[in-house]
Amino acid sequence: MKNRLKKVYDVVIVGGGPAGLAAAVGARAAGAERILVIDREIEAGGILNQCIHSGFGLHHFKEELTGPEYAERFIRQVESGGIEILTDAYVMDIGSDLQLEVISGALGHLNLKARAVVLAMGCRERTRGAIRTPGFRPAGVMTAGLAQKLVNMKGVLPGRRIAILGSGDIGLIMARRLRLEGCEVVGVYEVQPYSSGLTRNVVQCLDDFAIPLHLSSTVAFIHGRDRLEKLTVAPVDEQLAPDLSRSFEVACDTLLLSIGLIPENELSTRLRLRMDPATGGPQVTSTLETSFPGVFACGNVLHVHDLVDFVTEEALRAGRFAAEVALDRRRPGDNIALQPGANIASCVPHSLASGREQVIYLRVKRPLKDCVLTVGDRYEKSFRRLLPAEMIRLTLPPEVLERFFGDSLNIDIRPKGEV
Amino acid sequence: MPERKTLTCLGCPMGCPLQLTIENGEIAEITGYECKRGEEYALQEYTNPCRLVSTTVACNSGLWPRLPVKTVDVVPKDRVLAVARALHALTIEAPVAMGQIIVDDVAGTGVAVIATRTLPRI
Repeated sequence: MKNRLKKVYDVVIVGGGPAGLAAAVGARAAGAERILVIDREIEAGGILNQCIHSGFGLHHFKEELTGPEYAERFIRQVESGGIEILTDAYVMDIGSDLQLEVISGALGHLNLKARAVVLAMGCRERTRGAIRTPGFRPAGVMTAGLAQKLVNMKGVLPGRRIAILGSGDIGLIMARRLRLEGCEVVGVYEVQPYSSGLTRNVVQCLDDFAIPLHLSSTVAFIHGRDRLEKLTVAPVDEQLAPDLSRSFEVACDTLLLSIGLIPENELSTRLRLRMDPATGGPQVTSTLETSFPGVFACGNVLHVHDLVDFVTEEALRAGRFAAEVALDRRRPGDNIALQPGANIASCVPHSLASGREQVIYLRVKRPLKDCVLTVGDRYEKSFRRLLPAEMIRLTLPPEVLERFFGDSLNIDIRPKGEV
Repeated sequence: MPERKTLTCLGCPMGCPLQLTIENGEIAEITGYECKRGEEYALQEYTNPCRLVSTTVACNSGLWPRLPVKTVDVVPKDRVLAVARALHALTIEAPVAMGQIIVDDVAGTGVAVIATRTLPRI
């Protein structure tokens, strides 16, 4: 297959993780025939291949799958749809005429033309530099996702006595994972007063194994010349500054960082896409098209999701919209700007079109109870509780915007008493 | 005097907060769930807490040196670490197909363990 790459593709998808695979399936279903997925790893599947725990697929497949199972189901669909996958290859640049410059391990330097491109590069983990933790720079400090790849795919344990900074889902999952591998997990330290991971992961990964979660606490110093030896941990005040007068020391040989994810947007930057500082991803229309016509984005490169099922759903749509543009069936453009308002941390897409169903994803800034979400005066929905860790997915039926003639709408979430 | 207990449903990522009212060691009432799974989970968790286990086994000559596996059904929570230990003692040979049975009955739980991916031989 690799030797029969075409010169021109209807849709080229950058990234073969859950977003890229679903985008390919979506493009195929919408009628695109020449589709290529490019991935830099030796196999498609992306981060799902190292997420060996279950909890994926309850929305999309209506059953609970592990990450590798979820990936393999999609890879089979992609392959049976006649979609090409080029692994061990890297997209260096995308030109203004959608000419892609690709470096492939097997084929060398390539130039391909695409009629539409879907960006599905995913995200990467924030590292120690992002939070500037003071101390030495010994071995044994790494991101939780790197430890996950080492343990689950390469069969290498990062250490024996593990501490975790940040309560992101990957950190929580790795706490349990390393406990199952026989390591001691001494504690998880989270600077915020609430967990940044899903509550279910706090329960099944920490509580089940009596691993302590220290909220409003952080690592104030990293000790050890060659190998990590111990941490100074301190509670934080309301400005999130460590209170060293109440600090204590924790002996450990490994510190995993689970302190957030950043969309991986080097290509988007090269394309000079209009970005959204709140999501770290490109701004997109209701058809998930970026500010560069013909270039679409979906999955974690667009905004960091917490459920792969939502990535799949979004990417299926991105693939479909990309195929429509590739096949000269572009829909009418958006006519309404969507403005994030009260208590909204981020919101995707950035504009809406009247007359068709609209899907909106958003996150709240802080935990909220008994609140009402409003989209202008057109739509209202109540929620019992909302957490920053849990993304909200909203479907607006076509009639909601049918008789709306303004050019922008605010989306707000307010506690019930204030509405 | 009825006893109150709170649980977080693990049935799906929603993680509904569940409130149990216990009278004389029996569940009198369960509230807080938004689907049937929540009620079932609360009952199971109170009487006999169980978990799925996923881990890896060593694999010779595969694309990767570890093969991800899972129990096909839940095992009692207090057996989770024993299941992981039993699986870590194994080494198998590639190739492996997704869904292939790796162990019929892991650590005396009566539960089988299957491969969760295809691992080609290299």
